[in-house]
Parts: sequence; C-alpha cells; structure tokens
Amino acid sequence: MIDVNKIRADFPILNRKVNGKPLVYFDNGATTQKPKQVIDAIVNYYSEHNANIHRGVHTLSREATELFEEARKTVSKFIGAEAEEIVFTAGTTDSINIVAAGLDLPVGSEIIITEMEHHSNILPWQLWCEKNEGKLKVIPVEVDGTLDIGLLESLITPQTKVLAVTHVSNTLGVINPVDALIKIAKQYGLIVLVDGAQSIPHMKIDVRELGADFYVFSGHKVYAPTGTGVLWMNKQWVGKLKLSRSGGGTIKTVSFDKTDYVEGALRYEPGTPNIEGVLGLASALKYVNEIGIEKIAKHEHTLLKYATERLNEIPEVEIYANHLEKAAVISFNVKGAHPFDVGTLLDKYGIAVRTGHHCTQPLMARYKIPGTVRASFAMYNTLEEINIFIEALQKSIKMLS
Amino acid sequence: MSIQEIEKEIIEEFELFGDDWEGKYEHIIDLGKSLPKIKEEYKTDDRIIKGCQSKVWLHSELRKGKIVFTADSDAIITKGMVALMIRVLSNQKPEDVVNANLEFIVKIGLKEHLSPTRANGLVSMIKQMKLDALAFLNS
Repeated sequence: MIDVNKIRADFPILNRKVNGKPLVYFDNGATTQKPKQVIDAIVNYYSEHNANIHRGVHTLSREATELFEEARKTVSKFIGAEAEEIVFTAGTTDSINIVAAGLDLPVGSEIIITEMEHHSNILPWQLWCEKNEGKLKVIPVEVDGTLDIGLLESLITPQTKVLAVTHVSNTLGVINPVDALIKIAKQYGLIVLVDGAQSIPHMKIDVRELGADFYVFSGHKVYAPTGTGVLWMNKQWVGKLKLSRSGGGTIKTVSFDKTDYVEGALRYEPGTPNIEGVLGLASALKYVNEIGIEKIAKHEHTLLKYATERLNEIPEVEIYANHLEKAAVISFNVKGAHPFDVGTLLDKYGIAVRTGHHCTQPLMARYKIPGTVRASFAMYNTLEEINIFIEALQKSIKMLS
Repeated sequence: MSIQEIEKEIIEEFELFGDDWEGKYEHIIDLGKSLPKIKEEYKTDDRIIKGCQSKVWLHSELRKGKIVFTADSDAIITKGMVALMIRVLSNQKPEDVVNANLEFIVKIGLKEHLSPTRANGLVSMIKQMKLDALAFLNS
C-alpha cells in the first residue's frame, strides 16, 4: 500500500481550490502534477549550478554537466537501458519526429500503425510517406478497444519496414499486447517504435525485455517538467539513425568541408538542452522509484476499478473499452450530452477532466463520436475524489437532461 | 430595443442568480433548449464555425435593413451562449452589430467562455457575426 496522504503533501498544487471547490485533478493523461522534489530540483539548479554544459572548464559548468549526465544514468536505469542509449528530447512528439526523419528507409516503404494512435504517432510517419511515396497501414481497433493482433501479419508485405505502436491508448487506456506485436514484427525484420507516453507513469518498463528498437516518452506525464522527453534507441541504432537536425555540442571537429560528429547519443542533442527540465525529470523518476512503480500501479488499478464500478451504476453513462485491462484511464460519454457540456459543468465543481477527441480523431471516427470525457488517474488520487467526481457527474447529468 | 438595452436586460436577469452558478447554468441550458433551430439546409459542414470541441452553425440574412441571425450548436451550453448572442445581435442594424462591444458576457460572469482554451466556438461565432454584418454594410 502507498501512503496517499503523504504523497499528496508533496504536491503543492493539490491544495488549490478551483471555482471555490477543492481541486480534483483527473487530467493526468494530459499532464501530471509535480512534487515539490521536482520543483526544488529546478530551483536548486538555477540557485546553485546554472551554467552551460559539456564545454566550460569552470566549476559551475562542470557541476551542471555532472548533474546532467547523472540524470541520463537515472533515466536509463529507470527503463533498464544503458546511458549511451538515451537521447534527451523535447517530448514524445519530438522523439518520434527524430526517428521518423532519421530512418534510412527505401522510397515506397510501408509503415504500420494502429487505429488508436495519438496524432503524434501518425503525423511524423504520414509526413515521411508523403515525401517518399510511402504507405501508412493501420491495424484496426475492436469495439472493446483492443487490437486485432492477428491482422498484423496480414498487413506485412516485403515493402513493410516499420511498426509504430502506442503501448497504452491515451484515449481509452487500453494496454496493448506490445510483446506479441513486437514478436511478430521481428519475425519479419521490422523496425519497431513503441510510444510510451501513456505507459511510463503506470507500469514497470524494461526496454531489454520489450525488444523494440525505439521507446519514447514525455517527462511531463511522469511527474517531470514539460518540455522534456526521452528517445531510447537500442544501441545498434546509436550512430546509425540519420541526423535530421544538427548544431553545437554534437561534434568532434567542424570545418566547412567536413564535420566529424561525436559517437554517442549526444550527436542527437544539438544546441543547449533543457538542462533544468532534465534535472527535474531525474528527480521525478527518483521520486517514482522511492514510492515504487508496482505499488503505484496497484493503487491506480484500485482507483480504476472503483471508478468503473461507480460509473457503471449510472444508466446514462457509456464507457468506451469497458473493462479493467487498462492503465488508469476511463473514457466515457453521457447519453444525449456533448462531452464539452459535461466537462464544463464538472469544472464548475472543481473537477479537471479532459473532453474532446484527445488528439485521436481517427479513433473517434471509428466510434462515430465527436469526443469523450476522459478521467485519468495518478498516484495522488483517492477513492474519496472519485466519490466527489461521481456526485458532481450525477448533478451535471441532472442539469443537462 | 437597442443592443445596449438588451445587454442591460440580460445583466439584470443574471443578477438574480447571485453566486448560484448552478442556477445560472441551468438558465443557460434552458436558453439553449429554447433556441429556434437553424434551418437544416444551412447546417452544412462549410457553415460550421470551428471551435475545437463543440460545433456552431450560423446563418445570417438581411431583412428590412436589419440583420437576422439563426444558429445551432451540438453542445447545449454552447447553444445557450449562442442563444444569448442572438438575443443581443439579431434584428439589429449591421453597423450596430459591427460596433457592439458585448460587455455583458463578462458582467454576467461568463467570461471563461471567451477564453481560447474553451475552444467552444463562441469567440469565433462573435467574429463571424461581425464579419457578416460588415459584409451587409458594404454591400
């Protein structure tokens, strides 16, 4: 068991009131709140160590560089990787763009994604296809939100080169059987990218066990600052993935005729990085480690189960992917009400949920709906908050009927 | 009635609710339900005023020198806001619509609906109403 009250005390924003009511923050799928340990890491960096990294000989620069590279180790340990395989980016979207632009694929290649992908794992590939006469192929989603993984094999042709799949659906919360998908993909020699934006805060990740080529995530969804992201690439890709952007900090020597780049992951990090963000990310992952990701997952599953039971009691509510094989996300609609109306009224009761298409318009088209109301939980949420949410939802439904 | 007179009337109407936001929103929802619907022929995709989440359809025409608006939305709260806008701006002279500053939205405590993150199409709708009025003024 985790001590939720102790955890809540670490998150200053949870003391806030919204519209005169105590904040109930159920929009963790969009971004999580930050513990004071993360906020302090940023303040401490600017108060004590601020300098540019990787070049200066002076003390502050050395300290900042050490902290930054220590953070790389913390991140790599968190996902069972080696520090050399970690590239710091601006977020999941940035990471996917770097991979999509850096794979040396033949013109006319096919890329397989799924119907439930976030736009960030569609558009970079679509862009590649437009430029290179490529083709996007899509694994459809069943009505219960699961993927028909048997279809993957039938979509693969000799032109198929990449499988890019989300680990957990941001809209539905469904956990995809990435192990099985990767196994099939690897039999055909596909390059595999796993979008971990929604899995990283909810489950133990071991990239070696996963067996993908790339695993990407955003810091801000796992209690770290915005503008931080990670691109993990299997070490065979370090140096092999083409550079799609370049600049200071990535080189050994530069002349106008030829440039020698550094060998490691640093070559993918041109310019001054988001140093304070990366330090905040390391602090966030340490915080998660101290509490324990398995314990967090167990707590979140309790929340998911209870919220699902309570929502199922309300006749007007329809849950999408109404089962418990999910990360801590519930997407639903109220019959006869637009998600916007539900979200607007819940906000008046101090409850933050997400409404809309969640940047998954193809998935919304699949269910023939304009959007959903999404409640997504984190380690600091409580059963009591779910009670407040259900009561507010019932009042909202009454107002809207 | 002039635009300002109607705005004053709405402000007085909403003052009755005081801090009772639930009453206020129930009233908006009722206004939404009572909104005479736009003719189906005008409810086409190319007439949608894009908000990110809720859709608004708007039609305007000039009758005896006054601009008449009809509209609809797929979200009931947005529709209530639309109904308020129509009450204020419909059956007015195009130049008055163009010059209206619509302070009543803030005064009745609904300024959150003007925030860009609301993405409910209200801001875009006001803009479109004024653009339509401007077009009639110049024609």
